[in-house]
Amino acid sequence: MSLLEVEDLAIHFGGVKAVDGVSFSVEKGEVFAIIGPNGAGKSTIFNLISRIYQSTLGRIQFDGQDITASRAHDIAGLGIARTFQNIELFDHSTVLDNLLMGRHTHRRTNFVQDILFLPKVRREERQHRRRVEQVIEFLELEAYRKKMIAGLPYGVRKVVEIGRALATGPKLILLDEPASGLSVEETRDVAFWIEDMRRDMGLTVLMVEHDMSLVNQVSDRVMAVANGRTLAMGTPAEVQAHPDVMAAYLGTGAAA
Amino acid sequence: MRVVFKTSYDRDIDLHEHGRSRARIAVLLAIMIVLPFLVGDYYLAEATNTLIWALAGMGLMVAVGHTGQVSLGHAAFLAIGAYADSALMNTGLPFLVSFPLAGLVTGLFGALIAVPAVRMSGIYLAIATLAVFVIVEELVIMLEPITGGVGGIMAPSISILGLTFDRYAALDHFYWLCLAVVALVTWGYANLMRSPTGRSFLAVRDSEVSARALGINVTRTRALAFGLSSGVTGLAGALMGHYIGFFNYELFSIFISINLLLVVTIGGLGFIQGAFLGAILITAVPQLIAILRDNLVAVGVDLSGVPGLDTMIFSLILICFIIYEPTGLYGRWLKIRTWFEVFPLARRDMFRRQKSYLKTERMK
Repeated sequence: MSLLEVEDLAIHFGGVKAVDGVSFSVEKGEVFAIIGPNGAGKSTIFNLISRIYQSTLGRIQFDGQDITASRAHDIAGLGIARTFQNIELFDHSTVLDNLLMGRHTHRRTNFVQDILFLPKVRREERQHRRRVEQVIEFLELEAYRKKMIAGLPYGVRKVVEIGRALATGPKLILLDEPASGLSVEETRDVAFWIEDMRRDMGLTVLMVEHDMSLVNQVSDRVMAVANGRTLAMGTPAEVQAHPDVMAAYLGTGAAA
Repeated sequence: MRVVFKTSYDRDIDLHEHGRSRARIAVLLAIMIVLPFLVGDYYLAEATNTLIWALAGMGLMVAVGHTGQVSLGHAAFLAIGAYADSALMNTGLPFLVSFPLAGLVTGLFGALIAVPAVRMSGIYLAIATLAVFVIVEELVIMLEPITGGVGGIMAPSISILGLTFDRYAALDHFYWLCLAVVALVTWGYANLMRSPTGRSFLAVRDSEVSARALGINVTRTRALAFGLSSGVTGLAGALMGHYIGFFNYELFSIFISINLLLVVTIGGLGFIQGAFLGAILITAVPQLIAILRDNLVAVGVDLSGVPGLDTMIFSLILICFIIYEPTGLYGRWLKIRTWFEVFPLARRDMFRRQKSYLKTERMK
């Protein structure tokens, strides 16, 4: 059984059919990429899976559970973490605190215990810190631990956001354009990290990406979307050779 | 520049990174404790007032500084705290019971209001809280049997274990009582901010959408923050009632709400220390103006006939802060400290990047 199953997913904003009947399934341990021109509905699909948007039609199943009607803040607890296209970090906190916020679903103390800072809270904090340090080591963020997000360069923020998603301890990680705005070297790092997430951490990765070199390098399967509909699905090479995909990107071909 | 060598995660979890800052707090607390032996009644009363304002400021700071919810209605929570405490004491409950209960009642009331109100943000939330304030003010006038209506009531005299804490009969005792409450609340507040709950407050403030994606229930978190905020403000209100002695609804005017916002904004949004610095400023400035006035009379300039001088100076201070130092007094202090720490390597543009506004300060 697939880890994530999306069936006939659709969302309409008034007359705009941003996503219009998309179906796909992501297998456990797979790297699945969604590509498509701007406005194709890629990020909308992400927002539907993380339940920020309410779908008009269709069904989303994760790990054998129907999450079509779940609330947005329950998604992380199930094991889905995500990053955002336009970095959504907590700007006035340090990198360390941002990563610790990623541990929210694992908190076992309530606010009264927190205010009194009982020994249990300290024990939990140590535990969270240990997990966060693993992420810091993995993403080589050691130098930035105590730096404020507001003062960090774009590339580092992008990595911190991936780190925050990893800190939640997810089964499935949604990466929304992880390489946008990154240099060639940084993009290569991201490619290695995605490989490691899959191989060493056993994560399943679903990503939206424009950088075809990254997509080709890491993804097992690719789905191309345009105007809210699936154009093609298959290996990166198959999808890129598909006439409809070429038409959507280049505006020529298929119709002619 | 001091670099702390850390050998365990506990160093980051502790309230203080190094012994020196722990010692500094201890010295400050010691001075505060012996203050009644050092200064006369007039200044001791002023210090008590400042403590109460700092407490109320901390209350508002939870909402405005740490969760990004602007409130213009906190005077209402001061009022609820004050009246609840007096009413409970009048039923025969001792202060040790009525005081926490007053805070609890106010906190629950705040959380109750928050459930519908937290769906709003920015200027809309400010207006909603203003409406709550107006409602509470009317209620206070209408509930005459409890609140004394327009006439007002006398706050009962506090006595704990046979010891009197009356503000007039034993000001030093009352001062210590306030100090103890403020110290306890500050400790709890600092604990909160280093715990998961505090982090979820900051998360909600800085990015609602990613807070949700991380599993934080935004509505509940905001309601909790608003409840805690109004609870602490309620405690401050109870103390304020005892401090004033005889009070009616006019004590808790809209200007108190605005002054509280001044406390947190000028003090420094997002810093517990900011509430204290702001409270010192707000309580000291009127005194300084009064002293200035007297001295000017001595040299032949009479300003006693100029109405609204205090308000004008207040407003000027606020405007200057918002333009030149949005991080407030505490932010300025951090910069001064850094300047000395890295001396002589400070650069003019060192803080340029940090001049980004909190969501609270922006209009959404």
